[in-house]
Amino acid sequence: MVVTALASIVAIVLIVLVVYEIVNSAEPAISKYGLGFLGHQTWNNYTVFGAATLIYGTVATAAGALLIAAPLGIAIGLYLSLFSDRRTAAIIGPLVETLAAVPSVIIGLWGLIVLGPFLRSTIEPALHDVLGFIPLFGTPSATGSGVFTAMIVLAIMALPIIAAITRDLFLTVPAELKDGALALGATHWEMVRGVVLSSMRPGIASACILGVSRALGEAIAALQVIGSVFQISSNLFGNGNTLGATIAIQAQADNSHLQTASVFYLAVILLGIELLVNLAAQAIVRHYRLPSVTGPTATAAASGRT
Amino acid sequence: MAPVDYARPLTASGNLRRRRVIDRLMRGSATAAALVAVAILGLMVFAIAQRGAGEISFAFLTQNSPEQLYSAGGGIANAIIGTALMVALATAVALPLGVLIAVYLTEYATARTASPIRLALDLLYGLPSIVIAIFIYGALVYGSGQTGFYASLALAIIMLPLIARTTGEALALVPKELRDASHALGISRWRTTVGITIPSALGGILTGTVLAIARAAGETAPMLLLASVFDNTKTSFDIFGQALPNIPYEIFNLAESGGTVNVAKAWGAALVLVIIVLIASLGARALQIRSTRMMTRR
Repeated sequence: MVVTALASIVAIVLIVLVVYEIVNSAEPAISKYGLGFLGHQTWNNYTVFGAATLIYGTVATAAGALLIAAPLGIAIGLYLSLFSDRRTAAIIGPLVETLAAVPSVIIGLWGLIVLGPFLRSTIEPALHDVLGFIPLFGTPSATGSGVFTAMIVLAIMALPIIAAITRDLFLTVPAELKDGALALGATHWEMVRGVVLSSMRPGIASACILGVSRALGEAIAALQVIGSVFQISSNLFGNGNTLGATIAIQAQADNSHLQTASVFYLAVILLGIELLVNLAAQAIVRHYRLPSVTGPTATAAASGRT
Repeated sequence: MAPVDYARPLTASGNLRRRRVIDRLMRGSATAAALVAVAILGLMVFAIAQRGAGEISFAFLTQNSPEQLYSAGGGIANAIIGTALMVALATAVALPLGVLIAVYLTEYATARTASPIRLALDLLYGLPSIVIAIFIYGALVYGSGQTGFYASLALAIIMLPLIARTTGEALALVPKELRDASHALGISRWRTTVGITIPSALGGILTGTVLAIARAAGETAPMLLLASVFDNTKTSFDIFGQALPNIPYEIFNLAESGGTVNVAKAWGAALVLVIIVLIASLGARALQIRSTRMMTRR
């Protein structure tokens, strides 16, 4: 009993330690720059450090990823829980979850060498030709790396999370409600829209939040495909940078104490964003008394589905 | 009231027809979305298999990196060993701790004590691996140097919430009657847990552990910060003394350094890692099917 209680306290201590250690290590940069760090755009690796370009890159790529992954993921959740028969769901469900198991460095490698060049030679010019009057769709990138590629790569990583969580949510909708709607003459889709989607709105929101949390925090795959340029560009096809990618590549550079402290400051920002986002998801889950949700692997084991 | 035309065939028309078209359209797009996800996975696996298969040979699996980064030949033997060692050590730390936490949550905790612990686990689960990596970097590595052990610690923190959660779910599935029967025989709570509850949930615990291992084996961010400075031509077992070569960093480094030879090797290493992760995931799934079958049979 005591041993198990002590072990449980370790979990709480760990979270506190993580926050304390990262904030503490960032202290020199926090006291030098204060909150101005968040709005400052220059990062020159030696003397001047600011996070604005990275915050922009992180939020922009995650937002783009969400825009792509949310509708697709919810649709997959609907397909697996309501539209497919049991046997096809038993094949496609695990395949979607396998996508979540692919290590980020491999998705990044694929994004860098296969997806990026493909986007550059086909999708980006097409979007530029048709929608070029919008500044977002500017000149296609030179190498295939860039914000747009990062969005797609991060969307691929968020997709299975959103799909698996929404699937498990939709499975919890009581059969009486669904049958009732169908008995009233609603088509399948009307039943889904009127009963399933409307009653599960908070759960869908928290699924999307957990998906975007993955996209916000991904360091390696983003680093591989985003081009690592400290700039805020309206052109999606241009290079950018994210908090996670910069932490990953600059933590050990150690050109100066201030640089290391600034990297830790970036980690403080990322940690803050992630804690906020995850607390929001948990708050929604608790407030609406939804079945607890985490990620594809855990939920798969939880529901005992195969 | 309009007269009813009894001769009219019973087919949808007008509004109902429009509703059915929308219904079919929506169901079709949901199916298409699922196919998109499967297609992405297929394209990715195909690319890795196609580009990596040519690299994999006996030498690739049994030799270390050549002296010069850009020269051909050599393999990733030391990286495979390093990853295995670090993941094993991480499992040795995270598994007992995770099981203990799960036991506390399901067997002992009250609603009031369970809630902060569950929240802490959920938050740990939500922390990006780069944040955990830089935490260990700042706490242990900065100023003193990398070791395989520190990387293992980061992996253990990543594995802990996964193992605790899956174990908790497995423990919750153990029928209450089993515990009651044990209590009725006068067996203490702790011995019931160790002797009855945990063995009954072993399948679920193993499933969670294997899933966590699959996740840890592919984690790259901790390796980049905590196990990236080493002599790649040598095999090292000194996990507490120096950083160990490992597959994820090998892939990252080879891909970033560019050059045809290196990128080809990166695909080879990626294929090895994907095979390891897929075998672990499939193994976990098989275990899970087996254990749920055994649980429901009882």
